[in-house]
Amino acid sequence: MIEIIEREELVPNVHTCTVRAPGIAKKALPGQFVIVIPDEYSERTPITIADWDRKAGTVTFVFLEIGASSQRMAELNAGDKLYSFTGPLGNPFELGKFGTVALVGGCYGIGGIYQAAKALRKEGNRIITYSEARSNFLLYWNDKLEKVSHEVKYATTDGSRGKKGHAWDILQKDLTEKTKIHRIIAVGCTFMMYKVAEVTEPFGIKTIVSMNPVMIDGTGMCGACRIVVDNQTKFACVDGPHFDAHKIDWDIIMSRRKAYLEEEIISKER
Amino acid sequence: MAKISPRKTPMREQPAKERIRNFNEVPFGYSIEEAVQEAKRCIQCKNPGCIAGCPVEIDIPGFIRLIAEKDFKEGINLLKEKNILPAICGRVCPQEEQCEKVCVVGVKNEPVAIGRLERFLADWEREQGEIEIPPKPKSSGKKVAIVGAGPAGITAAADLVRWGHKVDMFEALHQPGGVLVYGIPEFRLPKEIVFGEIDYLKKLGVRLYTDSVIGKVKSIDELLKEYDALFLGTGAGLPWFLEVPGENLNGIYSANEYLTRANLMKAYLFPKYKTPIVRGKRVATVGGGNVAMDCARSALRLGAEKSIIIYRRSRNEMPARDEEIHHAEEEGVVFQLLSNPAAFHGNKKNWVAEVECIRMKLGEPDDSGRRRPVPIPDANFRMPIDVAVIAIGNSPNPLIPSTTPDIETGKWGNIIADPETGKTSKKSVFAGGDVATGAATVILAMGAGKKAARGIEEYLQTGVW
Repeated sequence: MIEIIEREELVPNVHTCTVRAPGIAKKALPGQFVIVIPDEYSERTPITIADWDRKAGTVTFVFLEIGASSQRMAELNAGDKLYSFTGPLGNPFELGKFGTVALVGGCYGIGGIYQAAKALRKEGNRIITYSEARSNFLLYWNDKLEKVSHEVKYATTDGSRGKKGHAWDILQKDLTEKTKIHRIIAVGCTFMMYKVAEVTEPFGIKTIVSMNPVMIDGTGMCGACRIVVDNQTKFACVDGPHFDAHKIDWDIIMSRRKAYLEEEIISKER
Repeated sequence: MAKISPRKTPMREQPAKERIRNFNEVPFGYSIEEAVQEAKRCIQCKNPGCIAGCPVEIDIPGFIRLIAEKDFKEGINLLKEKNILPAICGRVCPQEEQCEKVCVVGVKNEPVAIGRLERFLADWEREQGEIEIPPKPKSSGKKVAIVGAGPAGITAAADLVRWGHKVDMFEALHQPGGVLVYGIPEFRLPKEIVFGEIDYLKKLGVRLYTDSVIGKVKSIDELLKEYDALFLGTGAGLPWFLEVPGENLNGIYSANEYLTRANLMKAYLFPKYKTPIVRGKRVATVGGGNVAMDCARSALRLGAEKSIIIYRRSRNEMPARDEEIHHAEEEGVVFQLLSNPAAFHGNKKNWVAEVECIRMKLGEPDDSGRRRPVPIPDANFRMPIDVAVIAIGNSPNPLIPSTTPDIETGKWGNIIADPETGKTSKKSVFAGGDVATGAATVILAMGAGKKAARGIEEYLQTGVW
């Protein structure tokens, strides 16, 4: 059982949760994930690690309230216990000096890119962060991101902050206008990552996406998280979760992500 | 001497029609009278083959004699000297390939039902309530870490703790038991029984840490700073797929995923338990092993109208236990033999709708000694399905090898370990079970755990690597 230190609804439907997990806090690296089970009945839910404090022994993750298990997580508060919390899983982002790195975050991925921005900046890269939401009030961690980025660009679909449109729209515009970018990393919903891959491909810039397929064990046993990369079957939990966005078979991913929509509705109703 | 009854004392079980609607255990186990009757079939031979036929060398005639004498308490104690997990082994060991295969009674009759008698003693003890804990041994001052709380790990832990070592067991999942819990279905091995055996281990002094992915949260080298020896029993890894077109359609599972959803995550109790599983009406399971039988039988219990096993050879070559095949047949599983999927075809929503199979015939024997299946040209046929489960095996778990570069691995990514001592290429590190051998049986993993425990004991005593 893992103790919750803090659970807060950052913006409607997006929550942050900080837990006491010194072992994981000590080892976590940018881009890794945890598997969370809020109570005995819930699913094993893979969630990107957003932040940690190695000294305090705490780990923070940001999650979208969407199915029954994340809804249960959203009901828990400081002092409550998580039934199970396992990590750090998956491989971290590749670090190194690339030049200018564009980090694109949407939804839970805004939290998901924070530590990557921090680490890549430390490596001497120039960091441009693209943070997107439907509206200004749905953006979060703006201060945190601004602190670790050289530049933060906001995109909102209603135009209430930054450019009107999506992050991939501004990214495309920037690339067309010859902003020098040497590597792109996108974390967020599958559709956003797919669109980022689509707009960056013609420019031939290496684009890394953090895949979030359905997983069960998350440790290289069940095979649920298989995706096709370069015509080969890969497993997001142990081979990923980061892959070259231009080599992914996106059609398969989009349809596999939707496999349990009906069940998600049923399990939320009971 | 009374004449030996030619057949095993039958074990009562849930009728097929009833049991395909529930996940309760199929056989009920022997009553005291039935157990004593069966125990009397054992002729107590002077040179019993059964002990050598058992991977963990149980004194089989010994415990059977005690059942015949109705001294069940002594019987279970004797059994547990060699086998800490009798309730599990009595249910899932392939006795027909091991102890019962070499039973002398079996030469002219059916062999003594050793597995059923083993199960009887374990169940008898559990029904008595409090299980006796042997006195604590003198501490050796040595510490051993067990990585993976599956059959290999718990067997090794049991011996090591009884020899006075401090034993910590790390498990990646949220529950211990490994394949006994995530893989083998409730109707074949009730989870309560597994947890009961693990509680017993804890009472012996083994400390269990779940949610602990070794290789990630702690490296092997870090563990070696804290422990005098390690045992790696990390088990099965990534499932193999057929690599045919359409295999990534929705509704196609690996056996590991299908069974993990159903068993570990209790998807059969959806929506009380929140993990979903697709309840197909026509489910095709590809493969002919015990795991394939578990999947096909689970599919029926999840509401399938038709559960089909697709296997590329004939029934004679099927690797599953006869008992499992028999149970599947009784329950109405259909066997589509000498067929192998060539492709899966989907509907407009990308869900599997049909499996296209190649017809096969048997050719010359291959390396495994089984006749090789050979495709018959232009004889493909299609069957409508809405779920497919691929149960053709898996590679060893990749987590330790991928995070421990200096441990030697084989062709399939398996950790190379001495089959007698469990020693790996890395000092103080032992391994056994599926991670070393590739997918095998529970009892072989337990045998490997036992041998490695002896290897570790010798190493701790002598310090010689």
